[in-house]
Amino acid sequence: MAADKMKRVPIKEQDPKVRATNFDEVCLGYTKEEAIKEASRCLNCKKPMCVTKCPVSINIPGFISKIKEEKFDEAAKIIAQSSALPAVCGRVCPQESQCEGKCVLGIKGEAISIGKLERFVADWSRENNVDLSERKPANGIKVAVIGSGPSGLTCAGDLAKLGYDVTIFEALHKAGGVLVYGIPEFRLPKDTVVQHEVDNVKKLGVKIETDVIIGRTITIDDLFEEEGFKAVFIGSGAGLPRFMGIPGENLNGVFSANEFLTRNNLMKAFKDDYDTPIKVGAKVAVVGGGNVAMDAARTALRLGAEVHIVYRRSESELPARAEEVHHAKEEGIQFNLLTNPIEVLGNEKGWVKGIRCIRMELGEPDASGRRRPIEIKGSEFDLDVDTVIMSLGTSPNPLISSTTKGLDINKKRCIIAEDETGKTSRDGVYAGGDAVTGAATVILAMEAGKKAAKAIDEYLKK
Amino acid sequence: MYKIVDKKTLAPNIFSMDIEAPRVAKSCLPGQFVIVRIDEKGERIPLTICDYDAQKGTVKIVFQTLGKSTKEMAEFEVGEYFSDFVGPLGQPSDLTKESEEELKKKNIIFVAGGVGTAPVYPQVKWLNAHGVKADVIVGCKSKDYLLFEDELKKVSGNLYITTDDGSYGYKGFVTDKLKELIDKEGKKYNHAVVIGPMIMMKFLSKLTKEYGIETVVSLNPIMVDGTGMCGACRVTVGGEVKFACVDGPEFDGHLVNFDESMRRQTMYKTEEGREILKKEEGDTFHRKGCTCGGDK
Repeated sequence: MAADKMKRVPIKEQDPKVRATNFDEVCLGYTKEEAIKEASRCLNCKKPMCVTKCPVSINIPGFISKIKEEKFDEAAKIIAQSSALPAVCGRVCPQESQCEGKCVLGIKGEAISIGKLERFVADWSRENNVDLSERKPANGIKVAVIGSGPSGLTCAGDLAKLGYDVTIFEALHKAGGVLVYGIPEFRLPKDTVVQHEVDNVKKLGVKIETDVIIGRTITIDDLFEEEGFKAVFIGSGAGLPRFMGIPGENLNGVFSANEFLTRNNLMKAFKDDYDTPIKVGAKVAVVGGGNVAMDAARTALRLGAEVHIVYRRSESELPARAEEVHHAKEEGIQFNLLTNPIEVLGNEKGWVKGIRCIRMELGEPDASGRRRPIEIKGSEFDLDVDTVIMSLGTSPNPLISSTTKGLDINKKRCIIAEDETGKTSRDGVYAGGDAVTGAATVILAMEAGKKAAKAIDEYLKK
Repeated sequence: MYKIVDKKTLAPNIFSMDIEAPRVAKSCLPGQFVIVRIDEKGERIPLTICDYDAQKGTVKIVFQTLGKSTKEMAEFEVGEYFSDFVGPLGQPSDLTKESEEELKKKNIIFVAGGVGTAPVYPQVKWLNAHGVKADVIVGCKSKDYLLFEDELKKVSGNLYITTDDGSYGYKGFVTDKLKELIDKEGKKYNHAVVIGPMIMMKFLSKLTKEYGIETVVSLNPIMVDGTGMCGACRVTVGGEVKFACVDGPEFDGHLVNFDESMRRQTMYKTEEGREILKKEEGDTFHRKGCTCGGDK
């Protein structure tokens, strides 16, 4: 029994061979019985280390003990005090380096599956219509939130709970940011999970105006001067894709991961009855090693292609979550490590026919602490592919900063904001998430949204 | 949801619609565009803004039915709604950023091809409102396809019409007409704005380069979001990669790599073709499993 306590209750997943042909969720989640069993492993530490590593400080032992007692609605309410998006975070947070990384059980055995338990509670409360919309009386003060991704939704939800009149402005036709256009259906179901969490934020009284591009449709100055907003939170993310700048990058068949994933996730190109087309060849190379690269690769695979990851460092430097790399391998994605493209090759009609790569070796650690990849002279070789997806990271879109007076940005075009408050150089304007940090994680964006909501409340009370 | 408040058939398969979108109407400037999504399953279609009325809160778009989406769009009637209408997108025309004094120093010629007449109109109108009369050449297939003749007459200096078949105005191409104006009629232009099919913009830019006329073209590549987040619309200008949706759509015609842009435009040709087939002939094929690679 004691040995058993050190091991996790295993989680059910779709068979790799089957799931490689569909867009249904890979991880099937815990049943009630499994969740209770897993929860009963928690030692309920007096000084819970897990909480210290959760960016939004969820009372983890608190909600887990409610699962033990089978009071799932109370567990949901404990989580709701800290997080507006538990069904999302339970699925996409890198728990191994956050809450679960600090779990005491992890020293000698396996850490509690905190993420999977959070997900269980969130899914249960969705299926059982638990009302989490408790809020203070309305105070009539208008706050604008720009962007409906994780940071914006969190900031808006927290402000609405405090009684503010919040409007979110979203540039795309659907709210959710990277949760709807970036992360694929098989990791994060859109119609059930994401839509429900967005609806929960709406139930708190938050209005969402889609199709509004701040900096084009209306400016931040107009929001203050003409529409009566008293504070603004910018959570516009980092959506501008990077390309390599190598020859052949504009050939037909070369896409940014953002375009490829947007067509598939937001526009649902993989479904026959949607109008947006997607072009995936027979053999696809995805350049990069982050979570977005894994998402693009696994999407291409599901559209019927043979898929190669091309990454310039080695396996241990892959920035993607271990779980995603593991899933990708199980599904049959091939990894070309220590390999870097130097040219995209085209046929006479201007379509991709391959990529010329060079082998790399690892040198001394660079500023980021990772060993720097160095080209091995004379090791060039061609990889025959007909589609190339560039997944090299993204940076913030300069549209807002360039159209807002007095809003300072750094040389990476990120908005400069204080860590603890999100306060920018412009009075009454706060910012957080990827717009400030550059591309990072969902939960860090939520943390920034949370801190900014608190700071905005203090600013408006002055 | 965005209400259609007016609809007109301007020419065979060419329609104009006024859409109620007050926020967009208030911020529009000539040279910008919008993205329309007709319904839940629709794709995002970029369309140039043809006119706007901030008071009424409406924006006029003009479109030609080319594929499935524009054909479906044309079936919408006054009183019905589009799901999404986003904008204004892109940079306004550089002309709108110049002072009236600077503008008056210019001799401006606009050259419009086909539906390209629609985005030319708001620019000429804007200039007229700022005290500048620009000459305009409009080229189209035949008299039936001529757009905005009366409207343009009111706001332009000289209006020259060319038709491919000679059914109205000058018989021939816009390039020939421009040559004639400069060589035979002694016209002197130092700024040209050219909007139309890619191939027309390519040849006109070639011609104006010979004459040393600075030239602006408005590119119409494939787009998805229109806000700079995907790079589907990337074009090479002066050797640099630009995103037409945020850096453009207007660029220096003498620096644009037209051949690359034309090639990229064809990327989804087969998909569009298949969508039409599917609609007209039923679902006789299935997307999955087809690895023929289209028109590669």
